[in-house]
Amino acid sequence: MTLSITLVVNGDRHDVSLQDARPTLLDVLRDRIGLTGTKKGCDRGQCGACTVLVDGRRVNACLSLALTVDGADITTIEGLATGDDLHPVQSAFVACDGFQCGYCTPGQIMSAVGLIAEGDAGTDPERIREGMSGNICRCAAYPGITAAVLDAQARLADSERTNG
Amino acid sequence: MNLFDYIRPATLPEAIAAGARPGASYLAGGTALLDLMKIGVAHPGQVVDISRLPGLDRIERLDDGAIRIGALVRNADLARDPGFAAACPAVAEALLSGASAQVRNAATLAGNLMQHTRCAYFQDPHSACNRRNAGAGCDAIGGETRGHAVLGWSDACIATHPSDFAVPLVALDAVVEIAGPDGPRDMPLADFYALPDATTPGGVTLAPGELITALRLPPEAAGFAANARYVKLRERTSFAFALVSAAAMLRIEDDRIAAARVALGGVAARPWRSSAAEAALIGATPGTDIFETAADLMVKGAAASGDNGFKIALARRITTRALTLAAAGTPARMPALPASVFAPVTGTASHA
Repeated sequence: MTLSITLVVNGDRHDVSLQDARPTLLDVLRDRIGLTGTKKGCDRGQCGACTVLVDGRRVNACLSLALTVDGADITTIEGLATGDDLHPVQSAFVACDGFQCGYCTPGQIMSAVGLIAEGDAGTDPERIREGMSGNICRCAAYPGITAAVLDAQARLADSERTNG
Repeated sequence: MNLFDYIRPATLPEAIAAGARPGASYLAGGTALLDLMKIGVAHPGQVVDISRLPGLDRIERLDDGAIRIGALVRNADLARDPGFAAACPAVAEALLSGASAQVRNAATLAGNLMQHTRCAYFQDPHSACNRRNAGAGCDAIGGETRGHAVLGWSDACIATHPSDFAVPLVALDAVVEIAGPDGPRDMPLADFYALPDATTPGGVTLAPGELITALRLPPEAAGFAANARYVKLRERTSFAFALVSAAAMLRIEDDRIAAARVALGGVAARPWRSSAAEAALIGATPGTDIFETAADLMVKGAAASGDNGFKIALARRITTRALTLAAAGTPARMPALPASVFAPVTGTASHA
């Protein structure tokens, strides 16, 4: 039996047929749609490398069956920049040295975008660390990551004021 | 992961009919079931996706003041609901101390309550485990037991229940609403998790096809809003299961304790309450002496199930700490930053 789903990924519609029910959203993004920016780390929801936004909320793509998100609006790391202009969170990670090897970085950045949208953390580094605890960085770039989230939040608030 | 059939019923009766078939498992947020399927502990023949069932995603205040939370309300949405967090701050605090932001965005109320123990021997299909395979024995006994139970365990099972959320809920006398082939029924959450006996491992017993539709908190629950905390000790500051946790809720009138609710997490196969401990607090002036008396009563009968005797002293201290924080008052900012035992007893860090 073939199962069909439709996903809107970074604004583009994708119709995907699945051979069986097992693929996760992560598998479909990487292997079927070809967006390999979203990383497979632990594949068990513990490392956060696969973080994407589903209908605007950050989740672990490895713990979502693709079938359960049929029809959803997905944002991955490939959907953040506008042409050559980086998203403010991406710019902040570059400016603040928020990575070393880079493997966890797409998940860190997507998680940070989600965290800022949730609006709970404010400018308290302790709350940002707590809110980012679902993303592990084995290079331990945590000080840079926390600084990047603070910096990105300030950039986004500035641009809202400018455009506001 | 084994091959399985996937269906997404449109109505509750269709879901119950599908869920009653042999080998069927309900799937909501997926954060627990999918993980167990990947490691070969769960292998359902049919996955019944209930995540889009209508009407199960509401948080309601009933006419009598009770709070009713639909089974599919996501953990993050419940913790952030301003009305709920104000009425039941310790529940919001417990929710936010569990898992990660990504998991809380996906995980549902019912999924949290239905989650299995995180005992490593349960999660390893090559280990003997009575919960996974009745009568197989328990490889946890004599193994790595740092996280295992010190209350209510037996030689059949020494696992602990992993939920933070359930700890204040049990203290608040929450009631689980269940639907199934034989109609709806209610069950106190305190009875939902059977303790092990001499030969059987305990756990949740739902009939085939039964599922949680909602959780109800009685009107008295909101009466503890001014003095309610959840304190969790774990091996790292965030994204880890509790070694020991405690929910403490007080109603203080004229400087005396008029009502008290206390429950421990991480110490037994269900959140642990003691009527003697709560009774001891009634009428007392809040203070360290009476809190330590209550803490002693909370761990009465505790015994190490392995190399985990330290958890008994820890449970006593976490109880005292949670009661002390509760007496100091619920933090002004809710949802609070989950209280860390490494923060000062009072002061800005633990009340941030």
